[in-house]
Amino acid sequence: MNLVLIFLIIIFSLSLFFYGRTKTKSLAISKGIKLNALPKFYGYYLVLWCSIPALVFLLIWTLFEPVIIKSIIIETAANQGAVFNDKNEANLVYEKIKAIYLGTYFGDLDSVLKESALAYAKFINIFTNSKVVLIFGIIIASVIYSLKKIKNNNKARDDVEIILKGLLFVSSLIAILTTLGIIFSLLFESIKFFSVINIFDYLFGTNWSPQRAFVRDASSITPEEYQELKDAFGFVPLIAGTGFIAFIAMLVAVPVGLFSGIYMAEYASMRVRSFSKPIIEILAGIPTVVYGFFAALTVGPFFRQIGENFGLTVSSESALAAGLIMGIMIIPYVSSLSDDVINSVPQSLRDGSYAVGATKSETIKKVVIPAALPGIIGSILLAVSRAIGETMIVVMAAGLAANLTINPLESTTTITTQIVMILVGDQEFDSPKTQSAFALGLTLFIATLVLNFIAQRAVKKYREKYD
Amino acid sequence: MTKEERLKKRHSAEKRFRFYGLMSIFIALLFVLILVQNIFSKGSSAFKKTVIKTEVFFDQELLEIQNGASEEEILNTDFYDVMIESLINSFSAQNLDEENEIIRLFSPDAELEIKHAFLQDNTLIGKKVNIDLTASDDIDQLHKGNYPRDLPEDRRRISNFQLNVYDYFVDNKKISKNFNNYYFTKGDSRDPELAGIGGAIIGSIYSILICLVLAFPVAVLASIYLEEFAPKNKITDFIEININNLAAVPSIVYGLLALQILLATIHLPRSTPLVAGITLALMTLPRIIIPCRASLKAVPPSIREGALAVGASKFQSVFHHVVPLAMPGTLSGTIIGLAQALGETAPLILIGMVAFVVDIPSSPIDPSSSLPVQVYLWSESAERGFVEKTSATIMMLLTFLIMMNFLAVYLRQKFEKRWN
Repeated sequence: MNLVLIFLIIIFSLSLFFYGRTKTKSLAISKGIKLNALPKFYGYYLVLWCSIPALVFLLIWTLFEPVIIKSIIIETAANQGAVFNDKNEANLVYEKIKAIYLGTYFGDLDSVLKESALAYAKFINIFTNSKVVLIFGIIIASVIYSLKKIKNNNKARDDVEIILKGLLFVSSLIAILTTLGIIFSLLFESIKFFSVINIFDYLFGTNWSPQRAFVRDASSITPEEYQELKDAFGFVPLIAGTGFIAFIAMLVAVPVGLFSGIYMAEYASMRVRSFSKPIIEILAGIPTVVYGFFAALTVGPFFRQIGENFGLTVSSESALAAGLIMGIMIIPYVSSLSDDVINSVPQSLRDGSYAVGATKSETIKKVVIPAALPGIIGSILLAVSRAIGETMIVVMAAGLAANLTINPLESTTTITTQIVMILVGDQEFDSPKTQSAFALGLTLFIATLVLNFIAQRAVKKYREKYD
Repeated sequence: MTKEERLKKRHSAEKRFRFYGLMSIFIALLFVLILVQNIFSKGSSAFKKTVIKTEVFFDQELLEIQNGASEEEILNTDFYDVMIESLINSFSAQNLDEENEIIRLFSPDAELEIKHAFLQDNTLIGKKVNIDLTASDDIDQLHKGNYPRDLPEDRRRISNFQLNVYDYFVDNKKISKNFNNYYFTKGDSRDPELAGIGGAIIGSIYSILICLVLAFPVAVLASIYLEEFAPKNKITDFIEININNLAAVPSIVYGLLALQILLATIHLPRSTPLVAGITLALMTLPRIIIPCRASLKAVPPSIREGALAVGASKFQSVFHHVVPLAMPGTLSGTIIGLAQALGETAPLILIGMVAFVVDIPSSPIDPSSSLPVQVYLWSESAERGFVEKTSATIMMLLTFLIMMNFLAVYLRQKFEKRWN
């Protein structure tokens, strides 16, 4: 239905383009007036006026229609005698009614449901009809308005440009809307979660096992139940596991990335650089699920085998395997950023150092790196934020059970792994378990945001210093 | 320490330092090689499947149709008895257990394959024909040499009797390897020999197209605004910081966003390429805006001023001159952004694309899988046959990514103007 409407709106407004163009042309010729813009701009003007208001209206309508119909239907069902105690049951009844209307419901039908389904059909009908009528009304009104403007020989090009500029501005706002959407959707569920679990119990609890968290009635939790819940949602093992794996990753990525960055910037000839830089960057382009597969099926068992040879028990989901592979994934982030940063250190600093007789490596160690340090630290922080937000490698190669350990051969879990584990498969909405995933998401979001902010500030400050 | 000794020490430190740098590059390159080699050696066998040449007798007594039956009649006919008879007759079994073991050497789709052969030629009743039937996963892996046969029998999935049958097939040249058409045309399956990435490829294509259609125009318009029209004020600064931060938000957070807004609030259908495309578009948007702005910035001011000087409006100078010149950079940035989106897995898992989907999606609102998610799903499966399938899927995914990246590089090198 909506597609047909959109299609009609587009066809109609495109035909208006030709109408507007020829109309103004003939107007100009017959009345002998000088037009204020080229005829085609009058066409564009009509097209924009005809399509934008109608499409915006259609979008808003489509977003709000289901919500309004739902509240109406639940109310009518309640009036007809359907009983529901809370929101969930109301939703269930609504879904049933909808399924009956769509003909996909195969359960028992009682008279209340039947009546409600009829009412649903009626409302859908009313809403669809009024939508079509309103859209036609809007189109007619805006076309009449714009035609009148054209007849008065308006400055069509300026008007078109103003409208288009508005369109450009709106597109750039979408980034802000996305941020708002992220914050809103994370906060919304997190607040529900923290209304059940005290935020300090969450932040400082040392036990994480959400699968144990069963809540019969979230509105009235006894102290004993709360004790149990508190023990299920302790954040400490997750941040410890995430930090630990990220630390192992950085142990790999920082030396390798930094040294290859230095080599590329200071030593490599153009030829070496031209083939080694793209190949290292391939590492950043490989999907993380590929690394995860490699870590889980090749590296994990390999380490286990080595461990067995030395008489060590290595978990096949060891933090070491996940961290190592994650580190390799991060190498290009460190290397290309530090390469950039080192390249922007002014040559005069190096020349000064050579002039007093330092070798190249001494210059790099004593002059270039200290000068580039803020930028290098910025790039490392960016890499850390990449590491803690990385999901697939740890989901596939790290453990699932929270485990407070600093032994790299044991398995640990991370924030992202837990989010995936909680939200994969069937979720019960409104359970603390599902909500905890959003709380984890919020924590992750804030952590990466802070890291990025500091890193970007550091890099920017550093750039300004030498520009 | 004498002067010479000190100098020598300093020079060897220099050499060491240089060596460390070279080593790190070497380590990174080595890892790329190991990864690619590992995936290719595991995955390349998945493009072939093992088939067993079986003599099928279309016995009139076992079938309820005549020669020359219509397509519909054939489709509605049960070929189960014909299949069972043919499979059992392929080797002389002693008892019922052995017969069952023989049947388990073939894929569950053997009946369909026989039916398909009859559809090709509906005059086969009363005749005996040789048909290549797909072998079961265990035989497939055994034949490809991925499965050790010297284990004791109770630790093997294949019994001694089945091994004998297999050897008999091999000796009589009944087993061969064919091109694995199922891998490219079928959807997911619980049986590795019948599982394919057809559904996942279609799902990925739909998602990426939706992502392109949504993200590209918005990204181009937004970067034109920010680069060309936006006044320098608090609002534009805020938008800029915002975009930079969004580009660094972990992808899983976009999954949570999609779960809460697209699925829970506006009730779009779960597990569909539509939702995947919208999610990926939101995620890719900032990652496209950044290169778009860079390529707009690279167009020298003289172009704008030239246009303005001959009387163009600001809009005309931007849209007629600056944007076309920036297009190569914009397009290659978009393609690289889409390539990242194609490999993205975590947000798709959260919106339910991990559902087990057998059917090939026919529209973006059908439940579907996608290539990276299929890799994740199969890597979690226990069957040995899925290991090669997973690696092969990774090969396909990497092929797509490499093609996209080459296209991006080509576009940039071919059409981009250098301003000096």
